[in-house]
Amino acid sequence: MDSLSEYFQSYLTALETYDVVAALWVNIQLTFWAGLCSLVLGTILALMRISPVPSFRWAGTAYVNIFRNTPLTIIMVFCILVAIFQLQLNLSSDFNFNFFLWAIIGLSVYHAAFVCEAIRSGVNTVPLGQAEAARAIGLSFLPAARLVILPQAFRGAVAPLGNTLIALTKNTTVATVASVAEAAGLMKTMIEFRPDVIMAIFATFALGFVIIVIPIGLLTTWLSNKLAVAR
Amino acid sequence: MKIQQSVLFDAPGPKAQRRILATNVLGTILFLGAAAFVLKGLNDQGQLEAELWRPFLTADVWQFTILPGLMNTFKAAAAAIVTSVIFGLMFGVGRLATNRAVRWLCGIVVEFFRAVPVLLMMIFFWLLLGRLQVVEPADTPFFAVVLALTLYNGSVIAELVRSGVYGLPKGQREAGMAIGMTRGQSLRNIELPQALVAMLPSLISQFVVILKDSALGSIITYSELLRGMQIYGSAGPILQALTVAAVLFIIVNFALSWVAQKLSGLLSSRTSGKTRPVSVPTLVAKV
Repeated sequence: MDSLSEYFQSYLTALETYDVVAALWVNIQLTFWAGLCSLVLGTILALMRISPVPSFRWAGTAYVNIFRNTPLTIIMVFCILVAIFQLQLNLSSDFNFNFFLWAIIGLSVYHAAFVCEAIRSGVNTVPLGQAEAARAIGLSFLPAARLVILPQAFRGAVAPLGNTLIALTKNTTVATVASVAEAAGLMKTMIEFRPDVIMAIFATFALGFVIIVIPIGLLTTWLSNKLAVAR
Repeated sequence: MKIQQSVLFDAPGPKAQRRILATNVLGTILFLGAAAFVLKGLNDQGQLEAELWRPFLTADVWQFTILPGLMNTFKAAAAAIVTSVIFGLMFGVGRLATNRAVRWLCGIVVEFFRAVPVLLMMIFFWLLLGRLQVVEPADTPFFAVVLALTLYNGSVIAELVRSGVYGLPKGQREAGMAIGMTRGQSLRNIELPQALVAMLPSLISQFVVILKDSALGSIITYSELLRGMQIYGSAGPILQALTVAAVLFIIVNFALSWVAQKLSGLLSSRTSGKTRPVSVPTLVAKV
């Protein structure tokens, strides 16, 4: 019993030395901004891929195929070593904020490809009659997409979009290669300095992600059932 | 895709055809312009100099950097594929077990490992194995990569097994029951074989994820392709080295995805389940 309470004590001192919540908060911020950017970019890509113009379709398809098949780690390393260090593309004079912004760009560029595919699968849930009706009342491509197809497609795409959001949440840990002060990096530091409580440290961070991820899953499942278009 | 195109826009008349053509020309100019802008920017920085790219055409770089890196990437991915399929089959069948305790336990394990980032597990196993010294110190990163990839992807595969069985028509099990099989017998003899065939394309899509995630190993010093190229590029041609690495990954993943697509067409007659690759319809994605 004694060793157990001792273990617990040293775990507590480790928690006091390092701010786990602040690191997880950085992951949540990355998730929010990258989620927003990739949603916008992904929607544009999806529009391009379903448009009647061949060059738009081709560009959208090429983008998705390239970024979906490239490891996120390469994209992130590219943002740091090439964009920042080699090409000196600085987005902010603040050193750390610059890395943070580039991490958001890397995450957005990668996940936009998955958002695009999620929305496309949403478009697949819209029945033919809807598009035919839109055409029948004289709507051309963009108005039909904006007023008829996309609103229903988004409602049908909530579940795959939720899956992408969850993947994004977990993938924000890759921002550690951009030396953003997030959870994976802090866990490494903590274990290196306090290897005596390695199990408890891992359990803490793992639980942190479970607590972030499970509500997103429950929320999107609920939303997807609530928003599903009755057919 | 074909159906979709006819959904969103009618067969265009002469006026619409002209408009599409004009937009197409505009789009082409736009994309080529964007590409030219990027290339010019790179050229101004001297990134397109031939001597920065030429090393990647020499036998030396292939022999000492690219091929060993690729070998290690494939080694980790192959090992992780084998172990995660075993893990996935065990826990997937466990989640379908008639015993409630087994079902719950497998469910908790699967949901937990799908919610924890792979990188977090990789770093943890790397430092833990290094501390326990159960494997050769030099092999520690390899085992950490394989372990982390197995736990995550094995859990996703377990979900694929489960959703594959759920995706079968109800009549399959009912037919099994009707000829006097128990629930377990019908699961083993009728449902699982069909579910496994049906999930093959999705399984191969998951292999793409494993291959991509093996690049995370570069963070924990596993000497796979990305790490090799990063080290080679640190002497100067970093943009070029990373581009070559990305192209190699894209080619291999593309080939795998192509196989998955072909398989789904070939296998659809051999099962009553759906062979089209699907994402797992529960909590966590397979991205």
